[in-house]
Amino acid sequence: MLSSQLAVEALDISKRFGARWALSRLSFSLAQGRSLLLTGHNGSGKTTLLRLIATASFPTAGTLKVLGFDSRSQRAELRPSVALVSHASFHYEDLTAAQNLLLSARLLAVPQAHQTVTHLLERMGLAARADSPVRQFSAGMRKRLAIARLLMKAPKLALLDEPFGELDPAGIQQMEGLIRELQGQGTSVVLATHLIEQGLTLTTERLHLEGGRKAATS
Amino acid sequence: MPAFVTFTLLIVVLSAVVAHVVVAKVRPWLWKLVAALGTVMLVGLCYLGLVWAPPEQYMSNVGRILYVHVPHIWVALAAFTLNVGCGVAYLLKKSWVTDALAEASAEVGVYFGAAGVAMGSIWARPTWGVWWDWDPRLISTTVMLLAYVGYLALRSFTEDPERRATWSSAAAILSYVSLPIVWYSVRWWNSLHQVQSSTSTVDKPMGQVLLWGLVTMLCWLFVFIVKRYEIARSRQTAAMELPPLEAPRPEAA
Amino acid sequence: MTPRLSLVAAAWLVFRKDLQIEWRTRARLTALLFFSLATLLLFSFAMGPDITTLRAHAPGYLWLGLLFASILSLGESFRVESENQALTGLVLTPVEARAIFLGKVFGNAALLFLLSLVLLPVTVALYDVELGRAPHLLVLVLLLGAIGISAPGTVYSAISANARARDVMLPLLLFPVLVPLLLAAVSATKFTLQPDPQEQLASWLKLLTAFDLIYLSVGFLLFPRIAEED
Repeated sequence: MLSSQLAVEALDISKRFGARWALSRLSFSLAQGRSLLLTGHNGSGKTTLLRLIATASFPTAGTLKVLGFDSRSQRAELRPSVALVSHASFHYEDLTAAQNLLLSARLLAVPQAHQTVTHLLERMGLAARADSPVRQFSAGMRKRLAIARLLMKAPKLALLDEPFGELDPAGIQQMEGLIRELQGQGTSVVLATHLIEQGLTLTTERLHLEGGRKAATS
Repeated sequence: MPAFVTFTLLIVVLSAVVAHVVVAKVRPWLWKLVAALGTVMLVGLCYLGLVWAPPEQYMSNVGRILYVHVPHIWVALAAFTLNVGCGVAYLLKKSWVTDALAEASAEVGVYFGAAGVAMGSIWARPTWGVWWDWDPRLISTTVMLLAYVGYLALRSFTEDPERRATWSSAAAILSYVSLPIVWYSVRWWNSLHQVQSSTSTVDKPMGQVLLWGLVTMLCWLFVFIVKRYEIARSRQTAAMELPPLEAPRPEAA
Repeated sequence: MTPRLSLVAAAWLVFRKDLQIEWRTRARLTALLFFSLATLLLFSFAMGPDITTLRAHAPGYLWLGLLFASILSLGESFRVESENQALTGLVLTPVEARAIFLGKVFGNAALLFLLSLVLLPVTVALYDVELGRAPHLLVLVLLLGAIGISAPGTVYSAISANARARDVMLPLLLFPVLVPLLLAAVSATKFTLQPDPQEQLASWLKLLTAFDLIYLSVGFLLFPRIAEED
C-alpha cells in the first residue's frame, strides 16, 4: 500500500482546454506530510494542477491519485480531506462573511458552528467586518476569509494558490505562521507562489512548470 | 406495384446501415451506393406520388405532398431518436464517436424536421384553411424542432469539447423527454375544443407510396448523417491527440 | 473526519442559502416583481379594454408573465453561483450535486410561487377575474407550475450560466420544454377560475404532477454531470 502514503501521485497526466494543453504528460509524487512548492510563469499550469488535485476538474488523460484515492472515481471519499484556496474564492458575494462561513460549517457538519465561525473570524482579523457582505471586501480580506474556510475544514492536504498575493507584510507573516501550523498537524501543503524565497523556506520539495510540463529542477 | 419490392428495398437500406456500422472496410464506398439508390428512388417517388397514385379522396392533388411530408417527419424523428440515444450513451461512457454522431444526427434531423414542418404547413392551408393547427403531431414535431435548434445553438456557443458533449447530451435528453408530454397535452387540449384532427384513413396505394417515400428518405438520412459525421470527426481529431512526451522546443513552450 | 450530511439536510441548507441571498438582495426581487407587473399591464394594453376577453385569457397572461419572470430569476440564480465559482466551492465542500439540484429547484420554485401569489390580486384588478371559486386548488396549480418551471429551468440555467450568449441560451433551451407545462398550467388555472362543466381540472392537475415528477427525476440524474467538470 505504497500509494496510501502518498499525498499526491500523478502518472502521466495531461489536461486539455479546448485545443490547448494546459498540462502535458506530467508525472510526480508527494509523500504524505511533506510539502511541495509549485513554481512557474503565469499560464504555466500551476492553477490547473491545483484544481485537478482538488477535484474541481479532472485530467484529460493519465491517472491522478490524491491521498490514495483516484481523483475522478473516488472523489466523494477524497473531497472531505482536501481544501483549495484559489483566485476564485468560492464565496457568495451577497452573503456576509459570517453567513458564508456558517454555510460551510453547517455543510461540513462542524459541531458548535456559531462558536467556530466567530473564533475563526477573530483569528483572521475579520471579526469587525463579520456582518458586511463579501461584495464590499478588499482582495486581502477575501483571501483571509478563504483561509478561514480552509482552517475550518482541517484538511489532510491543503492546496494554496498564491496565498501571499494581495496580503500586506503583516498578513504574509501571519500566513507563513498558519502554513507552519498546518504542517505541524501533519497536513501536506502544495503551495503555488511567485514569492520563491518565502515558498522555499516553507516547503521541502519543488516542482517547476514550463508550458504545462515539468521543467528540470536542481 | 407489388408491396414486396418496397419492403425488399427497405431491408436493403437497413442492411446497408448495419453493414456500414459493423464492417469498417465498406465505409468508403457503401454510402455512394445508397446515395445512388436514393437518387433513383427519388425519381421513382416523383412518378409514384405525382402520376401513379390516384388523387386522394378528400384533398385531391394537394394531398400528394403527403408522400414527401410524412417521410420527412418520420426520418427527422428517427434522427432525433438516434441523437438522444447517442446522448445517453455519451453520459454513460465518454466517447468522441457518439458525440460526433450526436452532432451529425441533430443537424440532419433539424433539416428534415424543418422541411417536413414547412411542407405540413403548406398542406394545411388548402386542407384545413389555416397555415397552422392544433394537431398533436404538428405541435410535437415543431416543439422538438425548436428544442433542437436550441441544442445546435448550445453546441456552437460552447468551446470546450467535453463540456459541449456533456451539456448537449443533457439538453437532448431533457427535450426528448418532453415529446410524449407535449403529445398528450395537445391531445387533451384538443379534445376540449373539438378541433377536427386529421385521422383520414390511409388507403392501400397511398400506404405503398408512403412506404416508398420513407425508404427514399432513409437513404438520404443515412448519407447525410454519414457525411456530416465524417466532418464532425475530422474537426475533433485535430484536437484529440495527446501532446508528445518531450517538449517540442523550449522556446516554443 | 466530520460526519457526512444526508441528502435532504444538504439540500435544505442549499435551499436556505438561496433564500438568504434572495432576501439580502431584495432590491433585485422588487425589480423582478415590477417587471412581471409591467408584463401583465402590457398584456392588457395589447388586448384592449374588452373585459370579457381579458377575463377569458387571464390565466394565459398570468403564466406568460411568470414564465418571463422565471427566465430572469433562473438566470440570476446561477449568476450568483458562477461568481467566484461558488458552485464549484459547494461541490468541493463537499455537497452532493443532487442535493444542490434539489435545493436550487425548490429555492427557485419558492420564489416563483411567492411571485405568483403576489400577482393574483393584480390579475383581479387588471382582468377582473374571480379568485373565490376554488382558491385552494388555484394555489396548488401555482405551486405545481412553479416547480415545473424550476425543475428543467435549474438544469438549463446551470448549463447556460457558463455558455456564451447566456441570456439568449436559457429561453431558447427552456421554452420548448415548457410548452406542455404552459398548456397544462393555463388550462388548470382556467378551470379553477371559471366553471368546469366537463371536470377537466383533475386531468390537468395530473399532467402537471407528472411533468414535475418526470423533470425532477431527469434533472436529479443529469445535474451531477453538469455541476462538475469532466
